[in-house]
This record gives sequence, C-alpha cells and structure tokens, in this order.
Amino acid sequence: MAKAELMDYDKALELFEPVLGFEVHVELNTKTKMFCGCANEFGSGANTNTCPTCLGLPGGLPQVNRQAIESSIRLGLALGCEIAETSRFARKNYFYPDTAKNFQTSQYDEPIAFNGQLTIELESGRQVTVDIERAHMEDDAGKLTHMGGAAGRIQGADYSLVDYNRGGVPLVEIVTQMIEGAEADAPEIGKTYVAAIREIVKALGVSNARMEEGNVRCDANVSLRPRGSNILGTRTETKNVNSLRSVERAVRYEIQRQAALLTAGGTITQETRHWHEDTGVTSAGRPKSDADDYRYFPEPDLVPVAPSRAWVEELRATLPEPPAARRKRLQADWGFVNLEFQDVVNSDLLDVMEATIAAGAPAQAARKWWTGEIARLANAAGVTAESLVTPAQVAALIALITDGTLTDRLARQVLEGVIAGEGTPSEVVASRGLAVVSDDGPLIAAIDEALASQPDVLAKIRDGKVQAAGAVIGAVMKAMRGQADAARVRELVLERAGSAPVEQAPAEPAE
Amino acid sequence: MSEITAEQVAHLANLARIDLSSAEIDRLTVELGQIVDSVAKVAEVATPDVPATSHPMPLTNVFRDDVVVPSLTVDQALSGAPDRAGDKFRVPAILDEE
Repeated sequence: MAKAELMDYDKALELFEPVLGFEVHVELNTKTKMFCGCANEFGSGANTNTCPTCLGLPGGLPQVNRQAIESSIRLGLALGCEIAETSRFARKNYFYPDTAKNFQTSQYDEPIAFNGQLTIELESGRQVTVDIERAHMEDDAGKLTHMGGAAGRIQGADYSLVDYNRGGVPLVEIVTQMIEGAEADAPEIGKTYVAAIREIVKALGVSNARMEEGNVRCDANVSLRPRGSNILGTRTETKNVNSLRSVERAVRYEIQRQAALLTAGGTITQETRHWHEDTGVTSAGRPKSDADDYRYFPEPDLVPVAPSRAWVEELRATLPEPPAARRKRLQADWGFVNLEFQDVVNSDLLDVMEATIAAGAPAQAARKWWTGEIARLANAAGVTAESLVTPAQVAALIALITDGTLTDRLARQVLEGVIAGEGTPSEVVASRGLAVVSDDGPLIAAIDEALASQPDVLAKIRDGKVQAAGAVIGAVMKAMRGQADAARVRELVLERAGSAPVEQAPAEPAE
Repeated sequence: MSEITAEQVAHLANLARIDLSSAEIDRLTVELGQIVDSVAKVAEVATPDVPATSHPMPLTNVFRDDVVVPSLTVDQALSGAPDRAGDKFRVPAILDEE
C-alpha cells in the first residue's frame, strides 16, 4: 500500500483546527451473552458458545439479559447520562459474515443513556470536558480470520474463517459529541478519554476492560477545519484502534495525513479507515455509501426496556467513587509527589497499593516494593504484578523489614519464596532460615575472629581510622552469610575493637 | 397515492440482497405503495397524544437472569454451514484486492 504524505504536525496545527469524536465499545463481563444464555467468555474453542439465537437460525428468540441492562444503566450513570424512561432495541441491517443474523441488534432512536459528560485531565493539568451524546446497548459481532493473501489482512484474502463465540456478547457503545478546541492536545485527548472510560468501566466492574482482549475498542473520528473557516471538514473514522497508545498515534497520523492531502488540493473521502498497529498507518476501508443504509427498524422480538426511576436510583447508589476523584484522594492520603503517583497509576497498581496500605504498610514502602522488585519480577515473567503476590503478603513482608527481622536483601529472597508458593512471608523466613541474626552472640564471635585475623585493621580502628572498619564488616557479613544487620555489625565492630587485645593472635573468644 | 418508485424498490432489493425481476419490481412497487398509503391513513387519525408504538403487546422489561445454559455442540452449530474449516465457518473472500 502506498505510503501517504504526512505534514509536519506543528505545521498542520497552524493551518487547521482538528475536530474529534470517539466511539468506544465496551464489552460487558456478564456471564452470558446479551440475548441468549450462551457463555460470554474469551478464549474458548471456536464456535463452542453458540445457539440458534446468536447464530440467527430459524426459531431463535432473543431474551434480554437483566445483568447487561443493569451494567449499561450503571455505566450511563457513571458517565453523567440521563437514563431513558423507555428504551428499545432496533435491527441494524447489513450483510457481512461477522454476523450470521444479517443484522446487529442495537439501539437507534431510543438509547438507554444520553446527554452525559466526562471531564478528563491532561498531563499539562488542562481539563477537558467531553460531552457524551449517548451510550447505547448492542450485541457484538463474531470474529473473522482472513486467510491467504497478505498477512491476515482482509485485502487480498482468499477466504475467511468465522468464530461466532463473540457474536451476541453485550456491548455498550459510548458516542461523544464533536470535540472542538482540542488543538495540539488532540492525540492526548483521545488517549486520555479512552483511558478514563476504561478506568470507569473497571471501577464499576462491568467489564474486564482489557484492551488487548478487545474488551474496550475505540473508533476515532477526525476532521480538519481550515483556520478562519466555520465549515467542518469531511471526517474519517479510524477503526480497530485498540490500545491507548494507538489512539494517540492514530489521531496524530490522521491530522498529519489529512492536512497534507488538503494542502495539496485534495479532498478527504468520508470513509472508514483501518489502523495498522505494526506500521503505525491508517489505510482506506470501504467508503461510506449505500451500504450504510442500515434500514433500522424496531426489533419485533423484544419489548421496550422501561427502567423505573426507583430502579435507576437503586443502581445509582451502587456507583463507586469516580476514578478521577479517587486518584486525587489517594495521592493526598499517601503524600506522593506527581511522579511517584503517576508511576503507580501507569503501572495499574492503585488497587493493590490501596489494599497494601490498608493492611498496615507505610505508603512509601508499599510503592517501593510494588513498583520496584515486584514489578521487575512480574515484567520478567510476563505477568501482572498483582498475579504474583497479594497485598496482604506484601504488607506482611514490609512489616518484617520494619521490625528488623529482615533486611531489604533478605526480603527479596523471602519475596521469591512467597511467589514460589512457599507460604506467607513469616513461613518463608522460618523455612529458609532467613531472619536477620539479632542475637549478638554469634555476631560477636565472628567479629572477634575477624579482628584477630586482621590485626593491622584493628590497629587502624584503634587509631581512630573508623573507615578501616569496612574490611572487618565485610568479612563478618560474609561469615554470617548476609544474615546480619550491617548497621549493628558496624556498631559492634567499633565496640569490640575498643576492647580487643592487640597483636595477640589467636584471640580468645570473649566470655 | 404513494410516491414509491420502481427505482426505490430496486434499491431496496439490492440492499436486502434480493434478486428481483423487472416484473416483480413493478408488482412490488404497487404493493408497497398500497402499504405506505395504508400506514398514512393510520397516521391521519393518530393524534400527537398517541405515542408511536413498536410492539402490539403492552409489555416492558421482560428479562432473563444471567445464567449460562448449554450451547450447541460445534458440529451442531456448523451443521447447516455451506463450508467449514476445522471448527470455524468458512466464507468466501470479503473484499476484492485493492
């Protein structure tokens, strides 16, 4: 595919004002699909979760999943939306093998939630309020795999394979109003907005919110308005933008691509574009055309959803603290500077941090372990930090350091033992014999021995050359196999040096 | 008389992937016109205080619990498919080479 001309980003911003819009699809984590009792699970064998209803076979009849309605209402409320007094489903008719029904069951003129708002904060501190037009319910499509042709792409494929396990999984599609005034922040606004949606659905517990599994998917609409004009440009809709970084890159790419095209006298085609994660470019999909005449009509097999105001209020009472407010509160409680707090947020460690601190660990110590050693081990193993250890285990580990049972170095060994499933930190300390030796007896014996074998060092220490003690401390730590508190060893070395006999080897052990 | 044209019927047939002969298009143009006229009659007597309705039954909020029920087996699911490859439905190429 020919590589598109791109204009320098700053130059593009000088000439044009970007106007954005986002459609975010959230897959709900109900146990079953939207309209049938087939399991809603990721990663099952192909076509194992299908039935006549989600395959669109004769005789299939949809039945609405109550849990999906509740999740949709809660999500609508969390986005500041009004919840419709009556809402209904509609058929969106199209022919494409990702649905066997030849229509998607969606909502058209009566979405469950509408007129919301979400305020996001950019890294600069700039606050942007995104108006939400609507959040409507629909069912997901099946998964297509394109075979033959170039690298699994739809263009040039010889044939395609379909797995309908995902077909019928409940989705909420969140549609923004036009976002104007984004200016150079446009890419960051896209990323931050999608991140905020992801954070909200996770906090609500209505979705697994794993972008890599397609639980949260974004379509990014971008158009450019020439400076000084009040006429909107033609927009493109980039699909398949399924990571936060991709949202940012795709928006930036479209701004640069459209600017170059418009400046060269070209026109933007209103079309769907595909985002290619590997190459970082978008390519033209099908143009908007007659095929988009979806002939929506009310779904005759389903009756309206009319949530009572009492039900809505009951659901409103179950909403968690908004993630943005929670972040502000936690950062203040923990006394973290921005960098420290961002580190925790970016590593997705807020929940485990909160639990660890609630279990008694000091905030800075919890941060040090979660973003340090635990993150390092998780990274090496290719898993999440929270899958390795529990907050309670980390809090117990930190408590053992605080009370002097463990040094940081020993604690890392204990952590390994905990991760290896050897038990609680205390159990690992006991079974591996890792506690700091706090009984001075064996220490003093080791120190006296070290001092006696290095009489020159002893002489120096006695002359007041305290730094010479390092050699003895090293020897003692080695003799103790590291299971000694270095500060205590230093203290004792100086103490023993003061009373040790000079040049009298071998020394008699102290009584 | 309605304003349904043969062009509209042909367009609709195309969207619905229904192959109609010109004789069928002529007949359906008349029939669809009559249906539209009939609906227009109803619209004449429906005053603004009568809300639009999409369903004849005065029912709302018919839900099922979120409980998994057994699905079809893979072979049952694929039994009506024109073609399969392993456990997946096999369909013809979707887009032409660009």
